[in-house]
Amino acid sequence: MTVDNETEMTPVVAEDRSVASGEAGVNVKPSHRQRAGLDLTPQPGAGTVGTITVDNPIMSSRDVNVYYGDKHAIKNVSLDIARNQVIAMIGPSGCGKSTFLRCLNRMNDTIESARVTGSITMDGRDIYDRRQDVVQLRARVGMVFQKPNPFPKSIYENVAYGPRIHGLAADRVELDEIVQTSLNRAGLWDEVKDRLANPGTSLSGGQQQRLCIARTIAINTEVILMDEPCSALDPIATARIEDLIDELRASYAICIVTHSMQQAARVSQRTAYFHLGDLIEVGETDRIFTNPRHKLTEDYITGRFG
Amino acid sequence: MSEAAKGAGARLPESLRDHRKAAEAVARSLKSRYRAETRFRLYGLGAVSLGLVFLAILFVTIIGQGWSVFRQSYVQLEIFYDAEVLDTDGTRSPESLAQADYSALAKAALRKLFPDVEGRPNLRQLYGLVSSAAGFDLQKRIADDPSKLGTRETLWLLASDELDLYYKGRIERSESEESRPLSDQQLAWADRLRSKGGAELRFNRVFFTSGDSREPELAGVWGAVAGSFFTLLVTLVLSFPIGVASAIYLEEFAKRNRWTDLIEVNINNLAAVPSIVFGLLGLAVFINFFGLPRSAPVVGGLVLTLMTLPTIIIASRAALKAVPPSIREAALGMGASQIQMVAHHVLPLAMPGMLTGTIIGMARALGESAPLLMIGMVAFIVDVPKSLLDPATVLPVQVFIWADVPERAFVERTSGAIIVLLAFLILMNGLAVILRNRFERRW
Repeated sequence: MTVDNETEMTPVVAEDRSVASGEAGVNVKPSHRQRAGLDLTPQPGAGTVGTITVDNPIMSSRDVNVYYGDKHAIKNVSLDIARNQVIAMIGPSGCGKSTFLRCLNRMNDTIESARVTGSITMDGRDIYDRRQDVVQLRARVGMVFQKPNPFPKSIYENVAYGPRIHGLAADRVELDEIVQTSLNRAGLWDEVKDRLANPGTSLSGGQQQRLCIARTIAINTEVILMDEPCSALDPIATARIEDLIDELRASYAICIVTHSMQQAARVSQRTAYFHLGDLIEVGETDRIFTNPRHKLTEDYITGRFG
Repeated sequence: MSEAAKGAGARLPESLRDHRKAAEAVARSLKSRYRAETRFRLYGLGAVSLGLVFLAILFVTIIGQGWSVFRQSYVQLEIFYDAEVLDTDGTRSPESLAQADYSALAKAALRKLFPDVEGRPNLRQLYGLVSSAAGFDLQKRIADDPSKLGTRETLWLLASDELDLYYKGRIERSESEESRPLSDQQLAWADRLRSKGGAELRFNRVFFTSGDSREPELAGVWGAVAGSFFTLLVTLVLSFPIGVASAIYLEEFAKRNRWTDLIEVNINNLAAVPSIVFGLLGLAVFINFFGLPRSAPVVGGLVLTLMTLPTIIIASRAALKAVPPSIREAALGMGASQIQMVAHHVLPLAMPGMLTGTIIGMARALGESAPLLMIGMVAFIVDVPKSLLDPATVLPVQVFIWADVPERAFVERTSGAIIVLLAFLILMNGLAVILRNRFERRW
């Protein structure tokens, strides 16, 4: 996020106070700079329009703040992730949606300057707890990245790697089975079954991304985080991935960050709109796209900025 | 129509006329731009050609001076294993045979070949045609097979270094007799010997199989090659694992803070420290403090390890940095631990760069002489080293030693040793290229 962008955006927030205050039962959202100086202890999700909670969530975050050095990347974000559902995170560049996603499997640990406060729980246990092993967490919360990043190994090895390091397969037969099932579920098996020994990087972009999804499925994760999984793909490959996401919803909780509002509308059941590190609005996807309650959300989805 | 066009041109609005001016300006400047480009190309071409010319001069000089070392003159003599000379007490015991004067046999054979030579000074000149080492050769033959005693045998014996130089054309008749190592008389004998077929140039096995010697015809590079091998073995075994491990730790595990910055600055500085300083350090620490043997490859290897470590660490860190972060994220996102990520994904991709850095460091170590002078690897060592603790010297130091010797025959041996050194360097760099290509993509 550039400084330019911030100064450009701030007036929008200041302006919209009057609009937001019109909503019943919704807290007024002060500008970020004002709020940063105050020592308030607001309710979780106080700054967010819509319902942040769901019944029986698989993961839930409360008042999560992330700092990259001095930069306050996300501010007091509280959000539940539901089971067997796709939640889309949208917002302009630098709004913190990817940062939030990376908090969910602690990928931010790899960035030295990153600091996370607040709580994120999975099945009621704090994932940032000292006793939580990050390897174990990532085995439950898998991640698919923006650019397809298969390992420079064979297709088979790409999928077999996770089960192998986690000791999920007792023998070769079981491993073969896991590989086949995972590739099958990722809709890739028919395309690659005759060339499992070929390098993963020899596949097309869309196939590579499905290989990455297969790789994640292979370790039997509970949550799949997807960070703009289709931004490097053409429309046909994108459509296949979207179909795949829809199928996978039956057994996984999926969080997808996307820049495409159409994609969010197509694949997700819930949508969260981020702006400059704030979680502005959360709600049913249909409701967000047809009847946004917050001025910023409306401006964004109607294409006025972003 | 052309007139109409001209008329239109004259009536062009100001802005359009300006465009034309701009185009003209561009056309004018083009010429100087292309000139600048041509000039730059010529500079580059000149620099490269100059480099190639110097390289060619180097190779021509060294090979021109050194190629003759691969051949060595031998003199054919009919040796009579005279029992009266060799077995003075008649016991034929190995002890008494070992003490006999074997060079007398060669001398007797020479006298027989040139029966007209008389008088002590003349005979001494005659004996000077055959290497003083001929006696050792004969002694070995008798020791191997004592039954030869009393028999005759026609043998090719090593010529002396002066005769060798004359046969190779390194001593000219046109030189004045005082300045050349062979007298007119000796040259006449040499010519007679050659015309009778009693002398010829053969492959110089001695040069490639023996250690140093005061006699040029007996001096070889094998001792130095073995010394270089043991020294580099120690260097490789120590510096590669330590260097790669340090690089991995600093790049993948260590937190970025003031300490790691300090370490990084120090490593970069160490890479630029003159190598003789490492020699002094080795002398003070390994020899004086730890009491390791002087002139030993193990100490040389330790010193060169200190010298190559910074190079290897820097190259390895660069190789690790070049591994795309997406691979690390992919591995971590799968739940791989830090060390699994490094071992399974990052290291295989960084290996070619690491190997290249290591081999460049080793090539530098192979050509290094200054630090080894400090730890006594400059001594005159005749025996070929058999272990890491035997006194030894290395190829570049052997070059240094021979370059210092006054005998003319060592000039070609110096160049010969340089050729051997260059051959090893080319071999190692070739190996670096092969390894890099082999490991580049491992599927």
